Amino acid sequence: MSDIKIRATLSGEETTVKCLMSHPMETGLRKDSKTGELVPAHFIEEVVCKYKDEVIMTANWSGGVSKNPYLSFKFKGGAAGDPITVTWKDNKGETQSASDQIKG
Amino acid sequence: MIDATRRTLLKGSLAAGSVGVAVGLLSPRLALADWNEAAFHAKDIPTALTGLMGSDAPETSDRIKIKAPDIAENGAVVPVTVETDLEGVTSIAIIASKNQTPLIASFDFSGSAIPFVSTRIKMAETADVVAVVKVGDKLYQNAKSVKVTIGGCGG
Repeated sequence: MSDIKIRATLSGEETTVKCLMSHPMETGLRKDSKTGELVPAHFIEEVVCKYKDEVIMTANWSGGVSKNPYLSFKFKGGAAGDPITVTWKDNKGETQSASDQIKG
Repeated sequence: MIDATRRTLLKGSLAAGSVGVAVGLLSPRLALADWNEAAFHAKDIPTALTGLMGSDAPETSDRIKIKAPDIAENGAVVPVTVETDLEGVTSIAIIASKNQTPLIASFDFSGSAIPFVSTRIKMAETADVVAVVKVGDKLYQNAKSVKVTIGGCGG
């Protein structure tokens, strides 16, 4: 069970991957409007994107990435049906992973 | 899935203290892709860039294309796309110059990746969005001004 949505499409020689993750992405600098206390930082630090077993991109983030992060990247090659895997890890050590197949 | 398990196992063994043995066996890129705390907590751009990429003097290049709105009504969600036709790009960093911690994200490319990335960022106020691209040991940058109507970092 995962909240990462992945859509990978092949067009010519390029595969474009778009993904959407569910995460609050708290910077740790925001104050709760009711209590006035700082909301503790809780954000994704690292996202690893893989095509088959090959790492295509590693993203390192701060809390400056918007809530429920969107990420898109491209690579050369890929074929319909090949797997794309996206894994994230946040500053509390939680992690989530999802994969989907490339659509031709 | 096999690989995910392997990663978890390796992390576990690192934590358990068998660092010397584990590090020798791993490709350093994967195993030591530790989150760069110094760079991401830096309050100014030179400190962040030096921490992240080893230099704070990028050369301006118009071969880096930044796509972002001229006016962002909501600073909490500003779509930014960075693309370049420079060859041999190893990483791209996105910076919001007036945010409290300006470095927002860095993306490291490997394998057959194309130097393109698109995401959504938070911006505290009207500022330049700066993209820094690393090619070998050299840094290139370009900037685009985004006017923010409502800041996205406050409560």
